[in-house]
Amino acid sequence: MLRRFLAAIALAALMFGAPLGAQQQPPQQQDGFVPIDQLPPQDQLPAAPLLVTAYSFVVLALFVYVLSVARRLGVVQRELDRLQSDARRRT
Amino acid sequence: MPKWFTPAAIVCALMFAVAPILIANAPYESTMGLVQKIFYVHLPSALIFLIAAVVCGVASVRFLFRGNPRHDRLAWAAAELVVLFGIITLVTGPLWARKAWGVWWQWDVRLTASLMGWMVAVAYLLLRKYGGPGSDKLAAGLALFGMANVPFIYISVNYWRTIHPTTNVLPTLPVSMGLPVWFTFATFFLLFLLLLRMRVRLEEQRAQVDALYLSADA
Repeated sequence: MLRRFLAAIALAALMFGAPLGAQQQPPQQQDGFVPIDQLPPQDQLPAAPLLVTAYSFVVLALFVYVLSVARRLGVVQRELDRLQSDARRRT
Repeated sequence: MPKWFTPAAIVCALMFAVAPILIANAPYESTMGLVQKIFYVHLPSALIFLIAAVVCGVASVRFLFRGNPRHDRLAWAAAELVVLFGIITLVTGPLWARKAWGVWWQWDVRLTASLMGWMVAVAYLLLRKYGGPGSDKLAAGLALFGMANVPFIYISVNYWRTIHPTTNVLPTLPVSMGLPVWFTFATFFLLFLLLLRMRVRLEEQRAQVDALYLSADA
């Protein structure tokens, strides 16, 4: 009984506490548009890391795929050679 | 491998070496600045993604109607490249969008249709790997949906309200920006042809291995 009561209180706190917490600090109102170069440094999103990530991903994805196809080709080629030599030995 | 493969691979490597110089020398776009340079890999990979889906679809149609295994091998190879160039498009796009639009992703028509096209190609590959006997015909049917999605992805931006620019942007690019983007596209297209040939070669060798196992059992 006590456990259920405590669980109900915890659930109520979760349901109503979060919105109340969010209401405690309303966002500051803006009086007008702020040009992007006048934004404080913590609000500016640097472009370089995004650009480097994009180009690195392209190079990495292509490299991994080429390696994967080359590895699979090597495996199949070895199997093919083995089977062909077995067939030659049988005949 | 055919005779053209090695010279084409050398040309492709040289083009990959030159492309970053052209991209670095291209002017900055006025509103987006540095991050717009993602465009030079995003757009070519997106176009190759669509071309690969069409190749996969056309080869699948020919396989369904003629039953020639060569077409099936081509479709399978192209489907893998749809996944490869699709993931490049779907990763570089959000990295650009985060800075340019302020969001990583938006469920607009082009983005959603592109994701669906990519998932169709992933489904194709899963079906081929785990589908068992008869999965080649089922996968070919699936590839038709992937191909039907291509014109929808391309023209969707002209008919629906979306944050993607329309298809009119590309022909209006100044030469200083158009040259790097078309050069990168040519590089990616050559790479696509080389990878497609390598991947078809893999399937040809697998078919030879299967034939040798069957002849050994007989």
